[in-house]
Amino acid sequence: MKKLQKTQLQPFFAALAANASLYLPVDNEVGKAEFKKWQDGVQMSTALNTLRSAKDFFFPQTENLMEFKMEGKRIDVIDTREECEDFVLFGVRACDAASFAILDRVYLVDPVDTYYKNRREHGTVVTLACGRPAETCFCGTFGIDATDPAGDVTAWELADGYALRANTEKGEALLASVAALLTDTDTAEVEAEQARVRAILARLPLSGLTTEGLGEGMTKEFFARPEWAALSEACLGCGTCTFVCPTCQCYDIRDFDTGHGIQRFRCWDSCMYSDFTKMAHGNPRTSQLERFRQRFMHKLVYFPDNNDGIFGCVGCGRCLARCPISMNIVKVMKALKKGGAEQ
Amino acid sequence: MQAMMEKRAKELLADGTVNRVLGWSAGEFPYDITPAVFETAKELEDAFVYNDFCAANLSKYLVKESRKEGKILVFLKPCDTYSFNQLLAEHRILRENIYVIGVPCYGKADVEKLKAMGIEGITGIVMQNGTYTVETVYGDQTVKAADAMAERCLSCKSKKHVVYDELLGDEGEVDADCNRFDMVEKLEAMTPDERFAFWRGELSRCIRCNACRNVCPACTCEQCVFDNPNSGVSQKAAVTSFEENLFHIIRAFHVAGRCTDCGECSRVCPQHIPLHLLNRKFIKDINEFYGDYQAGADPEAKPPLGTYDKADREAGEGGRH
Amino acid sequence: MQVNEYKPKIVAFCCNWCSYAGADGAGSARLAYPAEVKIIRVPCSCRVNPMFILRAFQRGADGVIIAGCHPGDCHYTSGNYFTRRRMALLFSMLDYLGIERERTRVEWISAAEGAKFSKTMSEFAATVASLGENKRLEDLRCKQ
Repeated sequence: MKKLQKTQLQPFFAALAANASLYLPVDNEVGKAEFKKWQDGVQMSTALNTLRSAKDFFFPQTENLMEFKMEGKRIDVIDTREECEDFVLFGVRACDAASFAILDRVYLVDPVDTYYKNRREHGTVVTLACGRPAETCFCGTFGIDATDPAGDVTAWELADGYALRANTEKGEALLASVAALLTDTDTAEVEAEQARVRAILARLPLSGLTTEGLGEGMTKEFFARPEWAALSEACLGCGTCTFVCPTCQCYDIRDFDTGHGIQRFRCWDSCMYSDFTKMAHGNPRTSQLERFRQRFMHKLVYFPDNNDGIFGCVGCGRCLARCPISMNIVKVMKALKKGGAEQ
Repeated sequence: MQAMMEKRAKELLADGTVNRVLGWSAGEFPYDITPAVFETAKELEDAFVYNDFCAANLSKYLVKESRKEGKILVFLKPCDTYSFNQLLAEHRILRENIYVIGVPCYGKADVEKLKAMGIEGITGIVMQNGTYTVETVYGDQTVKAADAMAERCLSCKSKKHVVYDELLGDEGEVDADCNRFDMVEKLEAMTPDERFAFWRGELSRCIRCNACRNVCPACTCEQCVFDNPNSGVSQKAAVTSFEENLFHIIRAFHVAGRCTDCGECSRVCPQHIPLHLLNRKFIKDINEFYGDYQAGADPEAKPPLGTYDKADREAGEGGRH
Repeated sequence: MQVNEYKPKIVAFCCNWCSYAGADGAGSARLAYPAEVKIIRVPCSCRVNPMFILRAFQRGADGVIIAGCHPGDCHYTSGNYFTRRRMALLFSMLDYLGIERERTRVEWISAAEGAKFSKTMSEFAATVASLGENKRLEDLRCKQ
C-alpha cells in the first residue's frame, strides 16, 4: 500500500494528467459535482458523489456510430470510430465502480460492443472509498463495500493524505508512473478509516434493506402484482431516473439527416419514455404502468435472471435524490416485499 | 393542518361526496414525498402527509383522474389553484368530478438547500416554530425554515386561492410587489454576449430527461412535438447546443401566456437549470407588451396569445427588445 | 476581385396572398432582390411557428424574415395579428438568450408592393451580412 501526502495532491494530479487525460469530480456553477477534465488549479469536489454517474465515460449519452454520404445512387458508409485516447477517472465511488462490472456484462459479452470496449480498454479507474455516506446510500444491499471499492486503484482519504492500493496491472502501472510522489505504508490507517465508516454505514436508514425475496426466477411472482398500479400512478414518465442511473444501459439508434448526409447515432433511451422499444408494429408497452414496471423488473428480476443472480442496481441513491415525485427503487423493493408477505 | 386535512378527507370519503383523495404520501425520509391517490381511511392513516416538503403541484394529475369514475378530492396550495384554473380554461379537466380543498402554504422547503449547507445523512426533520431540527447520522442540526425555503417560494406571487370548493386554514393575499422578475431584469441588463454565455452555461447541463415538460401543468398535449418521430428532433439525445436551445425555447414558448409561474419546471430539473427564468421572461414581456396578465387568475380571461389588439406593437419594436 | 465574398443565406416565409405576390411583382417590374433570399410560400404569416424559424437556422440560414399582409388586410381576417404577438415574444426571447435578434424580422408587404419587397429583402440581406454567419443558433452537424 502506498501513501500520498495531502499537500502532494495537486502535483499528483499534474503527474497523472501528464500521461493521460485526467477526469475527476469538480463542483459546477450550481455547486453540484460533475466529472470534469483536470487542469492546473482545478480542485476536486468534496461532495459524496457526482450528480450524474461515471458511466458516461464508457457509455456516453450520445455517440455517432457511422455516417453515410449519398451521391446519386452511390452510398458511402463512413466509419467514424477513432481509437480512444488513454484517460484516468479519479474519485469514482464504490457504487459507480460496481456499475462498470454490470455494464461489462452487457457490452463485453458476445457480440462485443467495440465502441464501449475501446473506452474501457483506455480508461483507468481510481476509486475513492466513501467517508461520509448519505441517507440515500444503500450499496450494501447489493453486497458492495463502500469502504473498499473496486477499480484499478483504490484510494482512501485519511487525515493527512491518501492511501492507495493497486488492484490490477493497469493500476500498478498508474502508481508506478507517479512513484516519486508516494511512500510505502501499512494498512493500519486504512483499516481504522474503514472501521469508522462501517459504523456509519450500519446506522444509515436503508442499512437493513436486503434483496431477500427478489432476483432470479421471480418474474411470474412479480409481473402481475397489484402494487405496480399505486407505485407507478404518480410517475411523470420523465427520464431522470434512467439518465442519472449508473447501470441503465438501454439505448436507441437513430439517423439524423444533416442535409448533406446521414449521421447514425445512438443515444441513451429511457424505458419511461412513450416511444421506448417502439417498433414497426407498434409499442409493446402502451401504459406508464408497463414502462415503470419494466425499469424495476429489469433491475430486480430480469438482469439477475440472465447474469448469475447479479442485480442491476448498485444502490448509489441517485434516483432517490433526483426523482421529481420521489418514487424510486427502494420504495418499489419494499412494496413488492411487503405485498409478498401479505399474500 | 395535516390532521385537519386527513379528518376532512375521511369525512368526504365516508359521506360519499368523493370516492378518492389526491394528496401526498410519506416516503422513506422526511422529505421524499410522492403524490398519491387514497381510496380508504386506512390508506390515509397509513401514509397521508402534508408538510413543508409537499412541494408537488397536484393539478396536472387531474387531467387523468377527473376522467375516472366518481368524484375526486384534491388538496391545492395557492399556486396550484392557478394551474387548476388554467387547466379548466383549456378544458383539460372535468370540474364536476373534482372537489377542491384549498390548503395554505407559507413557502415550501427544498431539501437541496439543506444539503448545500452540508447537512447529510438526514434521518428525521422536526418542523416547528419556523425552525427545522434536522436529525442526521452525523448529529442534529437546527436550521431556520426561511433558510431552507425553495427558491421559487422566495418570490411567491400569491398566497390566495383562486378556486376552491372549501378552504382549510387562513386565506392569503396576492403579492403584487413580489420580486419575481428581479433575475429576468438582471439578465436583460447584461450584454448579449453575457446573456449568451449565461444561457449556454445553464442549458449545456440539460440531459434531455424531459422532466420539466412532463411535470408542467401547462404541458398537456396528447403528443408533444418532441415525441413525434416525424418531427426530426432528437427528443432524448443531448447532442448539440442547437437541440438544447430548440427544446427550451419551444417548451417555454408553447406555455407562454398559459404558464402560471408555479415553478415546477425548475423544482424538478435534476441539473438545476433555472428554467423558470425562461417562462418569467415571457410573462414579463406579455405584461409589458399587452397589459398585466396572470394565467389562471381568471378562467374566463382571454389568453394573450389567443387574442390581439389592432394597436399592438410590431415585432421587434420598442427599444432593444 | 474578391471571389469568395460572404453571402448570407436568408429564408423568407412569404404569405401566399400578399408578399409572395409582392415577390412576383418585384420580378415582373424587374426590381432586383438578393439571390440568397430563398422564399418559402405559406398560406398566412401565422402559419409560421417558432419551430420553423429555429429549424431554418439549424439548417444553415443566417437570417429569417416573415412577410405577411399589412395589419387589417389578412386574407383570413386576423392571422397576421397573431403573428405579430407571437413574433414579438419570440424575438424578445432570442434577444434574452443572447442570440442576435437582428437575424429575424417581420415585415408587412402587400401584393402591390413589389418595390417594398425588393427594398426590404436587400436591406435585410445587408443587415444579416453585417452580422456574419449564424453561430449562436447553428447546428454543427449540419455544417459541411
